[in-house]
Amino acid sequence: MTTHLATERSGRRRGRSARNPVGRAGYVFVSGYVLLLLAFGVLPTCYAVWLALSNSRNQLVGLGNFTRTFTDYRFGPAFLHIGLYLVVWLASLMILVVLLSLMLHGRMRRASTSLRFLFYLPGALAGVASVLLFLILLDPAASPVGWLLKSFGWNTLAQVNAPGHLPVLFTVIAFWTGAGGWIVVMYGALNSIPDEILEAARIDGASTLQIALRIQIPMITKWIAYMLILAFAAGTQLFVEPQLVSLASWGMIPDSWSPNQLSYQYAFQAGDFNGAAALSVDLLILGLACAALVVFRTGLFDRDEG
Amino acid sequence: MRRKRRPSSLAARLAWLIVMGLSALFFCVPVVWLLLAPTKTDGQIVRDNPFSFGSPGAVADAWHHLYAFQDGAILTWLLNSALYTFGALAITLVTSIPAGYALALTQFIGRRMLLTITMLVMLMPTAAMVLPLYLGMNAVHLDGTIWSVILPFSFFPFGVYLTYIYFSSNVPSDLLAAARIDGCSEWQVFRLIAMPLAKPVIALVGFFNFVGNWNNFFLPFVMLPDSSQYPAQVGLNNLLAASPLFNTSSGTGNPIMRPELALATLVTIVPVLIVFLFSQRALVSGMLAGATKE
Repeated sequence: MTTHLATERSGRRRGRSARNPVGRAGYVFVSGYVLLLLAFGVLPTCYAVWLALSNSRNQLVGLGNFTRTFTDYRFGPAFLHIGLYLVVWLASLMILVVLLSLMLHGRMRRASTSLRFLFYLPGALAGVASVLLFLILLDPAASPVGWLLKSFGWNTLAQVNAPGHLPVLFTVIAFWTGAGGWIVVMYGALNSIPDEILEAARIDGASTLQIALRIQIPMITKWIAYMLILAFAAGTQLFVEPQLVSLASWGMIPDSWSPNQLSYQYAFQAGDFNGAAALSVDLLILGLACAALVVFRTGLFDRDEG
Repeated sequence: MRRKRRPSSLAARLAWLIVMGLSALFFCVPVVWLLLAPTKTDGQIVRDNPFSFGSPGAVADAWHHLYAFQDGAILTWLLNSALYTFGALAITLVTSIPAGYALALTQFIGRRMLLTITMLVMLMPTAAMVLPLYLGMNAVHLDGTIWSVILPFSFFPFGVYLTYIYFSSNVPSDLLAAARIDGCSEWQVFRLIAMPLAKPVIALVGFFNFVGNWNNFFLPFVMLPDSSQYPAQVGLNNLLAASPLFNTSSGTGNPIMRPELALATLVTIVPVLIVFLFSQRALVSGMLAGATKE
């Protein structure tokens, strides 16, 4: 693997030196994207940071907005909710996606094509559609798995949607819509491992488990890391799921369940844009810190060495 | 070796079948249920077997009820979704394909910095950007217009990154150098050599951008004040809020019940479903193209 990478790298380096230095054309080709990047990536970020550090009269207030939102009675619970959800969601995503991909890859390759597609299909219902569907599906009165819900002692939707169940509930929804896509990606990554390596290990007497743990999983680590970053970022940003569930919870679930909802409340209920910006910056820092950690630990972007 | 592993392989096969069977049930049951729900009345959904088929007439009834909601709002929402999604898609393709190409195969000052920023922005949680974007749009008085949705949608760093990876691993720069020697201008090199080779990645970027935009809720929810401007996703939220099923206070006699909600969900996802069905093969091979270059 290392030698393979090394040759590929030197090959690319050679390619790069052969690249013609054509400065002006490069600028023209990236210009449209750079405009969008500035207008909708860089400037809003800078504006958010500025708002987070200032007050409504444009005076710099340091970390005032951060400490103010931090002491809000809704702040702790919102981040706690998200934290709990992330633990359940990331653990089940990592374990199940890797396990299912390995199993699909190991046996009955033909059946696995259709299975992958079946797993992937619910992705079409991402967002509001999936939450709406599960809200109806999880009402024990109308659910095809009503017997299962009732066996847990839940006889009404309110019991199923109880605040303590939400991290698991959102995990089920997110897994249903998102896991299939990741299985496709992991399967592709597993496919890229040369068959000879697996065959050699098998001849040496390695069991299926040993092959999975010592060869396959280490060789797809980058993709697992990539999945982890994106799933983490998506998890911290939860908005539509708690928003809809709270709408249908008869007031049992607060409309500031997640940090993004709280930020929305600051901006549109209280008209406090500076507080809202401080919360957005919190989330940005959280997402970027996790991304940076995983990127550096796994060398995710090593392909760009030059 | 082979013979030794046989006894365990029966158990292994059984375990495989059980796990795959349960997973397939988990992923399929909701979809099948959703397809059947509009064929029944709300009472039938509650009383009958969950997987029974009602009648085609019930679908027509559900559609009438759904269409009556705010005088055909469902169609307005779908048209809005199409406008925002395709508008953004067009801008995304026009900007991100050349950008990824230039990052991969041309040399210019600031190239490496642009690449780093792109990766960084790609990893940034987009929902955390929604309020800053709203405030920015508000500052330039664009909030509430269609541009406040289309323009942020069309900024798609992931597309640039995909294109960059595709070009840097699939198109040798010698090929471009040869074309330049033959007298092609930079624009001709891009249009005549790179673009024809880029079809798979254009499909891939288009797919992710389309699905992401179509399913986006938070941004239009924040930007657009008026129901007549909502895309389908925000419209669904309105339907849910208006349904007596979940909100006993809102509108008695409002016929938005389970069959109507299921039908609305189905109608909303039809475009994504079509794109999914048609792009599956291209998608898998495109992802593999990315994966095998590790």
